[in-house]
Amino acid sequence: MADHIVMQVTRYRPDRDKAPTTQDYEIPLRKDWAVLDGLNHIKDHMDGTLSYRWSCRMGICGSCGMNVNGEPRLTCGTFLTDYAPGPVRVEPLSNFPVVRDLVVEIGDFMNKLPTVKPWLIRTDGEPPPDAEYLQTPAELEDYKQFSMCINCMLCYSACPIYGLDPDFLGPAAIALAQRYNLDSRDHGGHERLDALAAAEGGVWSCTFVGECTRVCPKHVDPAGAIQRYKVTAVNQSVKALLMPWGKR
Amino acid sequence: MSENVEYGGYYARWYRPRISRLWWLRRRSYLVFVLRELSCVFVAWFVVFLLLLARAVAAGEREYQRFLDLSANPWMLALNVVALCFVVFHTITWFALTPQAMVVRLRGRRVPGTWILVLNYLAWAAVSAVMAWVILS
Amino acid sequence: MSAATPKRTIEPFLWALFSAGGVVAAMLVPGLLLLFGVAFPLGWLDPPDHAHLLAVLRHPVTRLVLLALCVLGLFHWAHRFRYTLYDGLQLERHKELISLLCYGGAVVGSFLAAGVLLQAM
Repeated sequence: MADHIVMQVTRYRPDRDKAPTTQDYEIPLRKDWAVLDGLNHIKDHMDGTLSYRWSCRMGICGSCGMNVNGEPRLTCGTFLTDYAPGPVRVEPLSNFPVVRDLVVEIGDFMNKLPTVKPWLIRTDGEPPPDAEYLQTPAELEDYKQFSMCINCMLCYSACPIYGLDPDFLGPAAIALAQRYNLDSRDHGGHERLDALAAAEGGVWSCTFVGECTRVCPKHVDPAGAIQRYKVTAVNQSVKALLMPWGKR
Repeated sequence: MSENVEYGGYYARWYRPRISRLWWLRRRSYLVFVLRELSCVFVAWFVVFLLLLARAVAAGEREYQRFLDLSANPWMLALNVVALCFVVFHTITWFALTPQAMVVRLRGRRVPGTWILVLNYLAWAAVSAVMAWVILS
Repeated sequence: MSAATPKRTIEPFLWALFSAGGVVAAMLVPGLLLLFGVAFPLGWLDPPDHAHLLAVLRHPVTRLVLLALCVLGLFHWAHRFRYTLYDGLQLERHKELISLLCYGGAVVGSFLAAGVLLQAM
């Protein structure tokens, strides 16, 4: 195994650059190092001006998402030896504005997420019970997969529709809405309908490319969540059409 | 290079690249996706072809024969071979995605995706067999 | 905390038509296209004689199945092609024109299909 590898890292300094450039750094190739370790080595020993986000370094916080050789990855779980002899290209996540170097602005997602009301909604008017709401293991299985989302934004980076359609809610937001729609303790399905089944930017913009599911590090399957919601929305629309007097 | 603007405070100069019109050529998975979507054009072509056939049959023996000769024309044949490839690609990708799009529950347990896949293929085989028998017998 | 009324939009029905069209096309089109588009012209199989095919085509079940195939197939094309133009060629700014051409085309095609398939034979 060679003892060095070159990392080609995107640099963008808004005060002086009009567009991003690439800077090459040759770093030691240690067999247990992830791309994030490489970036930390660069920042600690070679170039302190490099900016990037990271936190837990174990694939649970969702902070360190970047494009590694064009593929959206969590850099803490992407190992340098897999790219030997290199070079390894490290770029900011696509489909988001770049603030500086490898840091992207995810405000669009942060604004869209509350519109799908990703919290438990109860409509029975009862006061909260003294103990926890009961739920069987089967009821837990119904939504558990969608609760695994760590908001890492890799799915948004992979989704071509999110890049093209500024109104699209995006995979994670819809998957998180489904996490609550499918939760047996939740009564809020109707409240989420407007945002999810909207004519602009709702689930209908999704054309089931499937890249979101492929890149998700937590196996959430947002594409599946979206298609299932389309069926739900059709059922709701048919019911609204045939029984407009019913409680909706 | 950059304009002579003083950078300071809360002024954010985000970089927002424009998405190229050929974005779908950049990755193999995107290209496969676009080809899958374009298969719909060949579905529409088949509808046209089917209506031409039906019209010819309804018009009589001679018209039917003319249709058969037309379908043997090299350009028509080439088009239909390409169309067949795309239409089969549609079927394969449609069946592959169906289990992801629907969760079927039987007696409280979730039906495994592979069963849905297999059932789709069996239905396809059965329908095709019936169709061939009706036409060829 | 009242339940919200979903804003009226036709999208769910268009997607439902696309979906139904996708299933019908997946099941019926490969076989039919293989026979009439490839196998008969290439002589792999003998095409059915006119009398037999006419009898098949006249049957009400055949007419209904083929009509469903044509209508649903055209709406499947319309919906998918519309989004291919929006996303693939980034033409969403012309969305009214595209929708008109796609769904309008499907409607016109459906009437033509009905005209051909439901005629006296």
